Amino acid sequence: MSSEYDTTETLDVKGQSCPMPIVKTKQAIDDLEAGDVLEVVATDSGSMSDIQGWADGTSGVELLDQVEGDDLYTHYVKKSD
Amino acid sequence: MSTDNQPTAADETEGELEPEAEIDPAELQALRERVDELEESVAESDAADDGKKMTIVATQGTFDMAYPPLILGSTAAAFGWDVVVFHTFWGLDILHEENSKNLKLSAVGNPNMPVPNAIAAIPGMDRMATRMMEKRIDENGTATIEELIELSLESGVDLQACQMTIELMDYDEENFYDGVTTGVGAATALQHMAESDIQLLV
Repeated sequence: MSSEYDTTETLDVKGQSCPMPIVKTKQAIDDLEAGDVLEVVATDSGSMSDIQGWADGTSGVELLDQVEGDDLYTHYVKKSD
Repeated sequence: MSTDNQPTAADETEGELEPEAEIDPAELQALRERVDELEESVAESDAADDGKKMTIVATQGTFDMAYPPLILGSTAAAFGWDVVVFHTFWGLDILHEENSKNLKLSAVGNPNMPVPNAIAAIPGMDRMATRMMEKRIDENGTATIEELIELSLESGVDLQACQMTIELMDYDEENFYDGVTTGVGAATALQHMAESDIQLLV
C-alpha cells in the first residue's frame, strides 16, 4: 500500500541497531534533492519511534509513512526543502 | 502640587508635538524600510536559534560507558544540533586511537555480572566479560566504538580532548583520531554548556 510512494532511493539498514538507522537516514537525506522520497528499510523495532522523533525534530524532512511488516520496518521520508 | 502642574505639562507636550505632526514622506519611507529590515533580521535570528545545542562531558573510559555519549552525540548531529563532547580523565581513552580499541568492561563491582565479585576479581575476568559483550554487540548489529567515533566526526560532532588530561596521562596529540579537537579546557566546555539546551555528564 505504501510502496506506492515514488521513492527516489532505498536505504537498507537491516541488521543495524540504534543509532545507525537514524544517522544513516540523515546522511542519505543530505544527498537527496528537495521533493525526493527516501525509503528506509530496517529490522530495528526502535526505528519506528526513532525515525518519527527524528523527523518531528528535524527541519526539512517530512515523514510520509511507516509500515510495520514481518520483522521489517519501512519508513518513507521526504526531503521538503 | 503635582495635580496643578499636570495639565500644563500635557498642554506643553501637545503644543510641542503638533508642528511635527506633518511627517516628511521621505523620512517615513526610510522608517518603513528600517522596520522591514529589522523584521527580517529578527526572523533570521529566530531561524538560527532553531538548532539546538548539546554538551556532553565524558569522564569514563570503560567499554560500556563509551557508548552513551557517542550514541547521543551522533544522533543529535543527525537532528542538525551543534554538539560538543568534552572528554576528560578516563573519557579521554575513547578518543585515543589505540586505547579505544581496548576498552574494558569492569566485571568487579558490576551488579549486572552473573558472577560474584570474588570470582570477578580473578585476573582475566574483565577481558572475558568484555569479549562476551563484544560478541553480543556484533550479533545485535550494534555499531562498534570505532565506527561511532568515525560517524560522529563525519557528522560534525566536536569531539574535544581535555588538554590538562592529555598532559596528565602523558598522551600526545597524535594519539587521537584525526578530527579530534585538542588544546581545550574547562572554560571552553563551560562556554558551550552555557549556550546549550542540553548538558549531560557521563
